[in-house]
Amino acid sequence: MITLLLILFPLVASLLLFFVKGQQVKNIALGAAILEFAIAIFALSQFKQDASMQFEWNSAWVQSMGITFHVGIDGISMLLVLLTTFLVPVIILTSFKNDHKNPSAFYALILFMQMALLGVFVSLDGFLFYVFWELALLPIYFICLLWGGEDRARITFKFFVYTLAGSLFMLGGLIYLYLHTPGTHSFNIDAIYAAGRGMDVVHQGYVFWAMFIAFAIKMPIFPFHTWQPDTYTTAPTQGTMLLSGIMLKMGTFGLVRWLLPIAPLGVEHYANTAIGLAVIGIVYASCIAIVQKDFKRLIAYSSIAHVGLIAAGILSMNVQGVQGGMIQMLSHGVNVVGLFFIVDIIQRRTNTREIQSLGGIRNVNPQFAVLFLFILLGSVALPLTNGFVGEFLLLNGLFQHNAWIAAFAGLSVILGAVYMLRSYQSIMLGETNSITSSFAPLENSEKAVLLIICAAVIAFGVFPKPLLDISGPAVDQLVQGVQAALGK
Amino acid sequence: MKALILLSSLGVIALLAEIFSFKKLLYPIVLLGLITTFVLNIFDWDTNKLYFKMVQFDNYAVAFSAVIIVIAFLWFIMAEGFFKEESNQTDYFTLVLFSLVGAVIMVSYSNMAMLFLGIEILSIPMYILAGSNKTDVSSNEAAFKYLIMGAFATGFLLFGIALIYGATGSFDLAGIAAAVTNGSAVSSIFYVGVLLMLVGMAFKVSAAPFHFWAPDVYQGAPTVITAFMATIVKTAAFAAFLRLFSTTFMSVSGTWMHVVWVMAALTLLVGNITAVMQTSTKRMLAYSSVAHAGYMLLALLAGNSYSNSAILFYAAAYSIGSIATFSIVNIISKSKGTDTVDSFNGLGKSNPLLAVVMTIALLSLAGIPPTAGFFAKYYIFTSAFVAGNVSLVLIAIIASLIGVYYYFRIIIAMFFKHSSDETIAVESNHKLLLIVIAIAIIALGLMPDCIISLL
Repeated sequence: MITLLLILFPLVASLLLFFVKGQQVKNIALGAAILEFAIAIFALSQFKQDASMQFEWNSAWVQSMGITFHVGIDGISMLLVLLTTFLVPVIILTSFKNDHKNPSAFYALILFMQMALLGVFVSLDGFLFYVFWELALLPIYFICLLWGGEDRARITFKFFVYTLAGSLFMLGGLIYLYLHTPGTHSFNIDAIYAAGRGMDVVHQGYVFWAMFIAFAIKMPIFPFHTWQPDTYTTAPTQGTMLLSGIMLKMGTFGLVRWLLPIAPLGVEHYANTAIGLAVIGIVYASCIAIVQKDFKRLIAYSSIAHVGLIAAGILSMNVQGVQGGMIQMLSHGVNVVGLFFIVDIIQRRTNTREIQSLGGIRNVNPQFAVLFLFILLGSVALPLTNGFVGEFLLLNGLFQHNAWIAAFAGLSVILGAVYMLRSYQSIMLGETNSITSSFAPLENSEKAVLLIICAAVIAFGVFPKPLLDISGPAVDQLVQGVQAALGK
Repeated sequence: MKALILLSSLGVIALLAEIFSFKKLLYPIVLLGLITTFVLNIFDWDTNKLYFKMVQFDNYAVAFSAVIIVIAFLWFIMAEGFFKEESNQTDYFTLVLFSLVGAVIMVSYSNMAMLFLGIEILSIPMYILAGSNKTDVSSNEAAFKYLIMGAFATGFLLFGIALIYGATGSFDLAGIAAAVTNGSAVSSIFYVGVLLMLVGMAFKVSAAPFHFWAPDVYQGAPTVITAFMATIVKTAAFAAFLRLFSTTFMSVSGTWMHVVWVMAALTLLVGNITAVMQTSTKRMLAYSSVAHAGYMLLALLAGNSYSNSAILFYAAAYSIGSIATFSIVNIISKSKGTDTVDSFNGLGKSNPLLAVVMTIALLSLAGIPPTAGFFAKYYIFTSAFVAGNVSLVLIAIIASLIGVYYYFRIIIAMFFKHSSDETIAVESNHKLLLIVIAIAIIALGLMPDCIISLL
């Protein structure tokens, strides 16, 4: 029931928002998003910390096709539900200083997006999952198309077609699995799992590629990443945050919830290829990030590097790797939203994102410099920040899979420190110049967002245990199931 | 059968309207008549009655008739302006109603003679209606082209029927099927007959390479008539096509399967790729209509338990979406005098309602969830998958990606490009129609069971 409420509440709020006029719509949207977060917190308080599927809701949808409206939350979903419901109010708050034209549509689309994302994270039916998956694409496409920057029509269209193409592969894979379910066929997750595991390695390989490509495009993993830097750069700040903070996790979540349990043999067979691609992406994106002049683009590339590590860890199919992936999804979501907000703050005050032309902001606004530094340290995974926990587990998991690959992936930590610290240096430190000398102090809403994010960075860096405990049992069970299917 | 009788009487009433001068009342009478027809048609459900071995109102016929009547009802609301403008409106009412009679015969025939009659009753009024814009050269051209091509196709069809009669000695579908299974009909003229009929039907559903008439006719005809042809005529033609090939000719599927395979692939690619290059939205929709025939051919080819409901659902979803798009194109081209993609610029600002409904309809045609069009495509793909036509599904997936490109060109023009055009005034019942259609598209996408569980 509560799962259903989590999906329906933002949907209703979104539909109502379309009819609200004027700029006060921000406050209503924020209120709705906070209420949604409260619902998620309530769900968390009722959540039993074991591996079971909880708060299930199962009703018939398209009976003749074996499609059900089946949703539920386990530890893996819970983390992402928390991430989504936590980030959406933060994202709405970041927009308080931007006066978007047509604000009611803007906020309605954000809440609609939230509904679709939550749907993806709680679906326990293959068809339902696919519908939510596609549904998440529509609002973000329109957010980018209507409120984006230069040349957005072409770039957002490329993004749309790219991800749609990937999704259609996944749909093909799902139909293939569906037709292998016994009897009158069903899209139920257990039936789909059983159908996948019943196949031999060759057929699991087909399923693996059909789904992996969809997830890889969404994340994105090298070489499917070409849509990402342009889209992140032209999207409005809130769109970029939704894309990088939450939507990207649809791909990594898809690996955990759908790919590993369905096609363990296929994953094992192609693990080195897929992890190889991810690791190439890590090094490649980090190197490109180092030479970026545009700060927003730099963060876009850094996101490819981070998500590559998450994917590699998950595909290594051991407890540390998957658990690290779960934690890092959360940390990366929080940190990347913070970083894109910093870009937005700088851009609104100086009208530029060019790293070289900025400098010395710390002299003008030390408060901003400190907050920026905390988020940055979280992003480069300094111990005692949230980024460290996930990255440590991920590298640990990857090391158990293959030490050499882990060594290469470890480069991401070093290269990440290089490009982040260098850009911090040239933006915040040094001589104040004519562009930065009039850097205005932070507004209250901006302070609030940055403080919330910094608090999350430190709190989950120092006490990661509560988060680890949420997903721990579910991940253990999942990995055991996968290992059993592999005959280990 | 009740639907058939009532529709014919409505047609006769429309003729009498001129004589007894109740022209003003005709429009409400027709709408009311269609509602009654729909209700009476439902009563034929599960009766499975065979009338004189000529028409059989099985559930297949009732379901398709119901879809046709609903679409016709929506179409009449959309076409209100068309009937008001024209001086001899009663003639047009009569023509459209008789054409509906033809459509209902085409979905319920059980005898080759009725198939032929149905097609002719449907087509002859359409030839006239396509040319109803008498002062417009392209409308005349459309009518002429449609007549010539239609007559040509009918020729093929008749020749096919004749050969099949020669081989089996029967016009009756059951009789032909029996003769084939007995083995007495396995002479070569029978197969030639099947292929000739295939060509004739392919003309009617505008499947490539027999689609060349469609874009010109669709573009030249008045937009409301184009909408009629793209929805009701196409639905009826597909229902007739499927009724014949999925039952009577199924046992000789080896003869025509490969041909249909090639036709489906060609139709998907030609329709979608050519649509990309169009600047006129009307012509683009004409090519997209060709492309949609390709998807439906996939289900026809599959020939399994999914096929009937897949085509029924696809036809319904596609027709509803098309009524919306054609009606908006009609509104735009009336007010701006042009129907290029650029004429949609800035519609998101000047007429948000039109833009939103157009977007939903286009998303449905492109097959994006949660619209009806998505589920329709999904269902078609499943049926093709089950039949093992994986390569054709891949072609169809690529084709739908191409489809996204040209549908989104209009969406981008509406929301992204700017123009200084004034708000277009839209009549309130037209607005209501568009809202109802938008809701229907999403409702069908969310609850497809209400249609697919019928057959």
